[in-house]
Amino acid sequence: MDEHAISLSRVSVTLPGATRPVLRDVDLTIEEGELALVVGLTGSGKSTLLGAICGRVPHFTGGTLAGHVRLHGRDTRDHRPRDLADLVGVVGQDPLAGFVTDTVEEELAYGMEQLGLPAATMRKRVEETLDLLGIAELRDAALRELSGGQQQRVAIGSVLTAHPRVIVLDEPTSALDPTGAEEVLATITRLVHDLAVTVVVAEHRVERVLHYADTVVHVSPDGSVRSGTPAELMVTSDIASPVVELGRYAGWSPLPLSVRDARRAAVTLRSRLTSTLATPSPDRPTGHSRDVALAARDVVVRHPGDVLAVAKVSLDLFAGEVTALMGRNGCGKSSLLWAVQGSGELTSGTVQASTTAPAAMVDPRTLDAAARRALVGLVPQSAADLLYLDTVGAECDQADRESHAAPGTCARLLARFAPGIPATRHPRDLSEGQKLALVLAVQLTADPPVLLLDEPTRGLDPSAKAVLSGALRDLAARGRAVVVATHDVEFVAECADRVVVMAAGQVVADGPTADVVVSSPAFAPQVSKVTGPGPWLTVAHVRAALDGGMP
Amino acid sequence: MNTSLPRAVHPAAWWGWAIGMAVAVSMTTNPLLLLLALAVVALVVAARRGSSPWARAFRLYLWLGLAIIIIRVVLHVLVGLKFGEIVLVRLPEVTLPSWAAGIQLGGTVYLEGLLAAALQGLRLAVMIACIGAANALANPKRLLRTMPSALHEIGSAVVVLVSVAPQLAESVQRVRRARQLRGDARRGLRSVPAIALPVLEDTLERSLLLASAMDSRGYGRAGAVSRGHRLLTGTATLGGLLACAVGIYGVLDATTPALMGTPMLLGGLALSAVGLWLGGRHVPRSTYRPDPWLTAEWLTIACGVVAAAVFVVTSRVSPSSLSMPLTPLAVPALPIPAVLGLLVGALPAYLTPEPPRPAPRVPRRGSAQLVGSRG
Repeated sequence: MDEHAISLSRVSVTLPGATRPVLRDVDLTIEEGELALVVGLTGSGKSTLLGAICGRVPHFTGGTLAGHVRLHGRDTRDHRPRDLADLVGVVGQDPLAGFVTDTVEEELAYGMEQLGLPAATMRKRVEETLDLLGIAELRDAALRELSGGQQQRVAIGSVLTAHPRVIVLDEPTSALDPTGAEEVLATITRLVHDLAVTVVVAEHRVERVLHYADTVVHVSPDGSVRSGTPAELMVTSDIASPVVELGRYAGWSPLPLSVRDARRAAVTLRSRLTSTLATPSPDRPTGHSRDVALAARDVVVRHPGDVLAVAKVSLDLFAGEVTALMGRNGCGKSSLLWAVQGSGELTSGTVQASTTAPAAMVDPRTLDAAARRALVGLVPQSAADLLYLDTVGAECDQADRESHAAPGTCARLLARFAPGIPATRHPRDLSEGQKLALVLAVQLTADPPVLLLDEPTRGLDPSAKAVLSGALRDLAARGRAVVVATHDVEFVAECADRVVVMAAGQVVADGPTADVVVSSPAFAPQVSKVTGPGPWLTVAHVRAALDGGMP
Repeated sequence: MNTSLPRAVHPAAWWGWAIGMAVAVSMTTNPLLLLLALAVVALVVAARRGSSPWARAFRLYLWLGLAIIIIRVVLHVLVGLKFGEIVLVRLPEVTLPSWAAGIQLGGTVYLEGLLAAALQGLRLAVMIACIGAANALANPKRLLRTMPSALHEIGSAVVVLVSVAPQLAESVQRVRRARQLRGDARRGLRSVPAIALPVLEDTLERSLLLASAMDSRGYGRAGAVSRGHRLLTGTATLGGLLACAVGIYGVLDATTPALMGTPMLLGGLALSAVGLWLGGRHVPRSTYRPDPWLTAEWLTIACGVVAAAVFVVTSRVSPSSLSMPLTPLAVPALPIPAVLGLLVGALPAYLTPEPPRPAPRVPRRGSAQLVGSRG
């Protein structure tokens, strides 16, 4: 009847056990061939909206859905997700979690097999898709051996082969390094432009997708949904890219969406900024003391299967400094952190951490696990692995006990990072940001002089990221050495004093954030690209330079 | 000898061949024939196995076989019934009470008895090598794909199960490592709750993700099936299974009327097949690049059948030539037909097309090539 690609009419969704709807009275239409970007804070019902579009809500998740969701006229009321498989393809956050088979070619064919397409058609489409995604040389590769970007492209390919008219992607780049993310985003825009597929994509880091989007759909925490053109919606959105924030600050209209637009609008801003350069640069004063908190020398980590993860890295960590560790997936960041902490593998090299005893350096590897933890704390990539009790309160008490801290230490820390979490809540029910806050609190209960964090920004929305950034700055101000391994250049610009870039197991760059980041187009934050070549990395820096406030 | 392009031979053909070889082996204790059969199986595996991980597992089956021989011999020495004339060792014998008569603990070990035990072990070991050969030659996942379409959902479930096991091991390792970060170095039973809970939650979460992904990709999509058709399918399958059960009973129990035996079993099998066919007709599912069944497959099966048939015939005509002469001990015979039968079993090594060789791949992680550490 209607030829909208997607139309939601008066849709409200209440999830099982919830008292108020996650989405209320949503009216939304997305036309064929559009790229719609869904934005919203964590827990705002973004995923529920995507789930409702592909039929998983309520067929798979339970709950009640009022109103109608129609895809090219097909109502999700009468069609289960499997009956929509020929119409809508779904790609999740973690590509590996959705793979059914184990080689690229079979995975691409799986969906078509379920639809019962003739063998000749399948053969042809697999070849076309391999070429479209540029993964033809990987056809026999085992899925687990691919890089994150390749896996995500295979996941997209595996839904493409069924020739769906709508593709729904839920944060497809959140697990990827900047290069992998670019690969995937380039693929997505190609789908929209070459195949006229309707694409609905949710993404936290809007700066990556905003300039490709035709429509922005904004989900508010109260469950209402607004949609409009990106420039219109970004004026008030609570989630915005740094370029948009710069545009809002400078009062540009229409708002710039890409670095190119902003750069063209920023001619006067740049000249004003350059004129402030005579005054002291907005560089953050580096730690008052340059005490070495941890010294690693010639660290080599070799994993089974003849993989050299870290190749002779020497690194000093200074008290009062936040160091960002960057580099593509699999370049040895995690291996280095684990080796430095002392719990992970270390093939050769030495690690010395300073202790409270004057001028005493000790190898954390020689200590037992509890003492090591009090010296060097590590928040691993899957932070939730550290949690195993059934309430937040029990986790906090256990943390106090195992680090011999005064009762209530951990709970106080948690209240500072994420206020208002009830102690009776199950850790699994927390949002990504709250989970990270809890693990951070648990690890900080031992009050280690050195804290290492492995990809803490994964899945965090901007407000949670701001809280984390504040917490890390606070730690540095109290003389702790902090290392953050991350892909998020904007986060690095916000919070790091120093950047270490790794590639193929070696350190390729090491220096103050402004120097390292500005000199590389891949790692430069958006504001720096707009205002360059000056030392302004964030909107706060620009504001400080122009208004004279503190960054 | 064969000019066909490299391709994987149908897994069912390899299983047919391997079962034929195993049947042949099961009829003999003649060490010459057993060793020849082992050589034949090893030759075919060496010539035609692919590059997948399970193709490398053949060696494991050989080790398993060796372990079986050793266990068989040790058991013979410990509790076996000793017989023969040539004394090897005199061990003290424990006299057991009368209710345990027939079990001889310790006692004198004779060469004949020991040889008989070792050869029985060898026979089982070679049969296991045959099964191992089938596993090495035929990709088990491809075998599952050849299941009738009515059963394909079970096949998918098995495939998922197979891929979940290594993931589980991975997450146990990850959580165990993470526990150390909380200063928890507990080992053994006391560490179980701290590790099991996150792992189980992780696994459950992953399963749900996978299930929803499979659902969205059309797994379990059924065409419109009428009520009558469903009833018919159910009746045929259930009736077939019942008839099979009764038939097996009839075959095994000689006192039942003849009609309850083989005819009932065959009828039941046919009915089940009809049920599967009916059920599969309405599953709108196809197979990507199905393995073709061509001359090479027929030849492979035929070679296995010939080997088995020759041994069956030989065991009727001259049963003594297939067994090891023990009383009195003598050099085993070398029956020419049986040898030829086994050599026919080796033909698939030359008659089938070569397996495809995958292109070498560069390791994704690390910098092995950069530092030149690849030995």
